[in-house]
Amino acid sequence: MIERFRETIRAAASQKRALRIRGGGTKDFYGGPLRGEILDTRDHAGVVSYEPTELVVTARCGTRLDELERMLAERGQRLAFEPPHFGETATLGGCVAAGLSGPRRMAAGALRDFVLGAKIIDGRGDSLSFGGQVMKNVAGYDVARLMAGSLGTLGVIVEVSLKVLPMPASEATLRFEMTQEDAIGTMNRWAGRPLPISATCWHAGQLMVRLSGAAAGVAAAQRDLGGETVEEGARFWCELREQRHRFFEGPAPLWRLALPPATAPVPLAGEPLIEWGGGERWLRSEAPAEVLREAARAAGGHACLFRAPFETAEPFQPLAQALARIHRSLKAAFDPNGVFNRGRMYPEW
Amino acid sequence: MSPMETAGVEPADFLAERDFGGRDREALLSELSRVLPRGALLVSPEDARPYECDGLTAYRQLPLAVALPDSEDQVRAILRICASLDVPVVARGAGTSLSGGAMPHKDGVVLSLARLRSILALDPLARTARVQPGVRNLAISEAAAAHGLYYAPDPSSQIACTIGGNVAENSGGVHCLKYGLTVHNVLRVRAITIEGEALEIGSEAPDAPGYDLAALINGSEGMLAVITEITVRLTPKPLTAKVVLAAFDDVVHAGDAVAAVIAAGIIPAGMEMMDQPATRAVEPFVHAGYPLDAKALLLAESDGTPEEVEEEIGRIREVMAANGATGIRVSRDEAERLRFWSGRKAAFPAVGRISPDYYCMDGTIPRKRLAEMLTAIATLEGKYGLRCCNVFHAGDGNLHPLILYDANAAGELERAEEFGGEILELSVEYGGTITGEHGVGIEKIGQMCSQFSRQELAMFHRVKAAFDPRGLLNPGKAIPTLNRCVEFGRLHVHKGGVPHPELPRF
Repeated sequence: MIERFRETIRAAASQKRALRIRGGGTKDFYGGPLRGEILDTRDHAGVVSYEPTELVVTARCGTRLDELERMLAERGQRLAFEPPHFGETATLGGCVAAGLSGPRRMAAGALRDFVLGAKIIDGRGDSLSFGGQVMKNVAGYDVARLMAGSLGTLGVIVEVSLKVLPMPASEATLRFEMTQEDAIGTMNRWAGRPLPISATCWHAGQLMVRLSGAAAGVAAAQRDLGGETVEEGARFWCELREQRHRFFEGPAPLWRLALPPATAPVPLAGEPLIEWGGGERWLRSEAPAEVLREAARAAGGHACLFRAPFETAEPFQPLAQALARIHRSLKAAFDPNGVFNRGRMYPEW
Repeated sequence: MSPMETAGVEPADFLAERDFGGRDREALLSELSRVLPRGALLVSPEDARPYECDGLTAYRQLPLAVALPDSEDQVRAILRICASLDVPVVARGAGTSLSGGAMPHKDGVVLSLARLRSILALDPLARTARVQPGVRNLAISEAAAAHGLYYAPDPSSQIACTIGGNVAENSGGVHCLKYGLTVHNVLRVRAITIEGEALEIGSEAPDAPGYDLAALINGSEGMLAVITEITVRLTPKPLTAKVVLAAFDDVVHAGDAVAAVIAAGIIPAGMEMMDQPATRAVEPFVHAGYPLDAKALLLAESDGTPEEVEEEIGRIREVMAANGATGIRVSRDEAERLRFWSGRKAAFPAVGRISPDYYCMDGTIPRKRLAEMLTAIATLEGKYGLRCCNVFHAGDGNLHPLILYDANAAGELERAEEFGGEILELSVEYGGTITGEHGVGIEKIGQMCSQFSRQELAMFHRVKAAFDPRGLLNPGKAIPTLNRCVEFGRLHVHKGGVPHPELPRF
């Protein structure tokens, strides 16, 4: 399988043809246009090693994300960054390449925080291995972590090692009535206290808060914070993660603003939904891209056109000049012939 | 596949280190003195002497000059001057590195960031601190304490080491398993390239567009850019913490107990192991109350709310008992908790008391290979005629064998280095790495050739060139050239493989 990938890549490189790396295709909507012949990763599947007591799982790129999570759950463990699947065919390779994290991100860390190692094939067709299966590793640059969120533009991620964590013993979801402004303040104040808050979401005047951890700690926090206990909490967070919440219905472009969490409400046209303690702000908005980008930049963050019915703007916030130059050099270092996922991250490469 | 097959175009400076000799020293010094305040440029050997090494004192080198800027503008000016004269630059924080990462270049300038030591902003609501690179690790936690917050990564040198150095080395500490390494706790880095351009890497938002350059700059050992500002994430201080001290009559049982704690779904705030030689070295020094007859001690800490800690400590006790602990004590109060930790934290200085010199290793291995590694180390003690004490970040598999030697005894340093080299190569063979948290620097650059293939090393050189195309930042460190690997005789040894697998290795 690896040899077939390498041959395909070498052939494409020699003819400077574009390849489009694809697993289950559940994130085809994300990023720039889809170009080139498909390099299908789904057949390179399977868990290579999983040792619960080492807190590490190593699996091939085509491994289905739902199967991987089911296997971890059987041993009482999970991917703590709670990745969105966006469809049942989602693969591990696509998950890492997209770099997206779910509701637990602010409490547990982002996907990139859990990447321990990766085997990749670069644009020359060379098989390379970076990082490993251990928690601490500072030998060489952390190229494995660089793969997280690189949208397949640097190489084919053929195998990944991720840190896994135990499932929380207990969870509870609380609901509060609150304005956006109060919710942002409250989420940040609570995040500054040693409370077992694992997710937050504000939408349409309601703040949802999830607590996770030891049973005694969750119960104590529930007494401390008050609010109304939500019975079907687990379903709420799953639907939010998968963007099946009603906020995500309808045709208006979906923008994702990542901002410093304590940023006051940004007055922009459109309907907001706030996650990650204020750090992730979804917006259904027809406002011009420049307006949203400038507002995000001014607040110290960035705006991404996450999902739109048709292409209205570049998906990602443009980079400052010096950073753009380093990005081009890195792209050339890994993929000198521009084979992989052309234009998926930025139109120039 | 043979390494030559796709060698193709090699990145600049991959084959051999550049010779930077013959630069115009007078021009360099006169230009540097124009951009630096009085007293901020050290040129005489006497003045530069304190900078000739870092924590790895066996390697020493005087630089051409030491520059002590006190602003980002000065840093940028120094870099531009060095770039224009093609002079290497070695950035330096407090000089506590244990791998020689901050050792000067003989034809280069040491760029000390020690005078950039302001905490620029501390935002208790957003839980961030924006600091200059010369701020000490512990000073951040001290400043945040009033708000019930702290900076989580706690390398043992935290009283002295700087945050800039922590980022450069991606430093760890005893609480990494639960709270992460530096890379997990740094939100944003501002750095200046060798050409004098400012880079904003990461952001105070949860993520930034484009590639995750923060993954590269953390642990980059001063090879990519010079850090001038850092925003760190602050963590709420746990309400309470308790530590379990468990004794075992066999290191294998202690190793099993570590795995069993994890298997029980517990992630302790810290989980540390010490073997008997280490315990016996520290106890007379700190009087922590450690049982001296135990073959191994485990320290496991739980933190959180009082309810959480009670629940977790109870479960940890049960697991330790079920795995053959011969004695279990739980800290009764904060003073006792600190006393239990004091021995572990004083392990290095305590060993320094019983031996004229020691050499600290830093391999990380999968935890399940621990007993094998300790057995192999015991065999190596015999082979090299040197003693070794073992302290171990058991939770994350990071092992710190301390090889005792006497630098004044002929041949002992060389034997200690060979001993250490064998431990590192065993770490790679066991599926681990040559360095968990101390960095490669100059010390482990040879072993990099064992851990990585030619193509992987070439990619590291390309990554460096993307930031520093002229190869002026900390040349000769961290990433070996091909020639160095050939000299070291390790080039074609591939990951996990050893040259002669049929031979027994200890």
